[in-house]
Amino acid sequence: MSLWILDKGAIAPFVEGLMAEYRVVGPKAKGPQFAFGDITDPAQLRLDYNITILPPKKVLQPQYERLATFTLGEDPQVEPTIEAGPTVLFGVHTCDLHAIRLLDKAFSEEYPDAHYLKRREQTIIVGLECLEPCDEHSFCKSMGTLTTDEGYDLHLTDLGPAYAVDVATEKGKTLLSQYGTVREATDADIRRLNEVLGAKWPRFTYRLDFDAAELPALLSTAYDHPLWAELGERCLACGSCTNVCPTCYCFNVTDEVNMHLTAGERLRRWDSCQLDEFASVAGGENFREARKARQRHRFFRKGKYIYEKFGELGCVGCGRCIRACVANINIVDGFNAIHGTA
Amino acid sequence: MTDSIYVPEMARLVDVRQMTTAEKLFTIELPGGRNLGHDPGQFVMVSMLGVGEAPISITSSPSRSNGVFELCVRKVGDVTNAMHALQPGAKLGIRGPFGHGFPIEKMRGKDVLFAPGGLGLAPLRSLINQVLDERGTFGRVIILYGARRPEELLFKDELDQWVARDDVECRVTVDRGDEMWDGHVGVITTLFPKVTINPRNTVAVTCGPPIMYRFVLMELLGKGIPETQIYLSLERRMKCGVGKCGHCQINSMYCCQEGPVFTYAQIKGVEEAL
Repeated sequence: MSLWILDKGAIAPFVEGLMAEYRVVGPKAKGPQFAFGDITDPAQLRLDYNITILPPKKVLQPQYERLATFTLGEDPQVEPTIEAGPTVLFGVHTCDLHAIRLLDKAFSEEYPDAHYLKRREQTIIVGLECLEPCDEHSFCKSMGTLTTDEGYDLHLTDLGPAYAVDVATEKGKTLLSQYGTVREATDADIRRLNEVLGAKWPRFTYRLDFDAAELPALLSTAYDHPLWAELGERCLACGSCTNVCPTCYCFNVTDEVNMHLTAGERLRRWDSCQLDEFASVAGGENFREARKARQRHRFFRKGKYIYEKFGELGCVGCGRCIRACVANINIVDGFNAIHGTA
Repeated sequence: MTDSIYVPEMARLVDVRQMTTAEKLFTIELPGGRNLGHDPGQFVMVSMLGVGEAPISITSSPSRSNGVFELCVRKVGDVTNAMHALQPGAKLGIRGPFGHGFPIEKMRGKDVLFAPGGLGLAPLRSLINQVLDERGTFGRVIILYGARRPEELLFKDELDQWVARDDVECRVTVDRGDEMWDGHVGVITTLFPKVTINPRNTVAVTCGPPIMYRFVLMELLGKGIPETQIYLSLERRMKCGVGKCGHCQINSMYCCQEGPVFTYAQIKGVEEAL
């Protein structure tokens, strides 16, 4: 819509203003790492972060979420609960912006999920252009998620002393005009922005040995690849890879009852296809019992199944699953190994 | 009130009938006696508040709705154990119906061969009774039903009626008989040589324990029934019923959406299917 300039010194007052009206969630230091968390002081916001431990999906699809409350007894009643409130998700990197677009599709197609969508509707997203790779595990350039021109309301690009702010939606425009002290970008600013955006590309490397667009076709020939047995041997089935994945949205639903056994709540929580019981039924049959089959399922969801369902790949190249894996399972190496033997 | 897809409607249990030591038949009424509006082969998510939710196939036919529907449920997990403790008049949560059922319109004019094993009769019964209620629009109706033991046979009264009918060829077998059993003994596949069919004009419908499918499929294919005319109803873990939670995925397919009824052609070579 339009481009504005926000001096770095104006970030703190901007965030402070937002905090009065919104829950502001952004990257904060957590030990030597970073994590999205509630910003209660603008100084906590670390826009210089590389990558967060968990993706911003935790704001839109929380680890635990109440779907309903109910009463027990003769005439049990159940009432839906929507846990949503005005939120600004501040400083989302481009790979995660792509992931959120995918979550939006997953929760809106066919049977719209009011719990997610209400929260999404009340969430304003401020994106942040990545200018440096997070570390050696990022492969966003290979996945085509190194930049984006959608999936945000406002998008910041670091120009040195100031941020260029791309205003993409009416919501973003209102937010910026209400709380931000900005000036309109000049031709010189636009030239500077283009320089910065141009200069970032060589800093990132392609890590897949092939074009990611080939992944669905490549995997369709790799169902019986020996790689799965090898990964199955190493995988500890801990579910870390799916928990940290910005596009994994599978969930479990469980009931919790109060101590008096008179009422309770129905909770949705993250689940993982890597866990043993994920595909087992009450009669005892487990339809994805072998770890190799579970790892294959993850690779196939990322590289094929989600593509077939939504028209885009289920992996955004953030590298979180690689960093989190205690068995050093590396999805890039996996895809490359399949490509190398295809 | 919001339109959450995850919140069940509280329905009333009208009747409970013990069928075997492990299975009960539940007759359920939605608020206001509204019809469920299902297709044969679809399922509902049943909520036992405080315990959880599980997918259960609907065993009654749309043609016999009358403001109620039936679920035939084996006591095997948390939710089904809780259901088995219910008395008539109790409330339980219902969501659905969900999924793709049997494409009955494609079956009209054809011979229909049903091959349920054990509890697999529950989902097939929704179609069997619909076919029998519209008997004139189908060719032959053949039912080959197998259970492990005589006391595990479900819907015995209906089985007797089907056996007695001139326009239904119904054969029943048990893996092991007892002193009272004077019927056929042997696994379900031993019934297949007893029937001659015209494979091109036959649609086969089967459901049973996973171990059964391979053997029944071999028989059906051996008789020359085309892969696109063999229907199976598959069981999976489900937490949503609407293609989101991921539990029921069979390779790329969501059992709750694309299934639970599949043709053999759809799942042939799909490793996670059977």
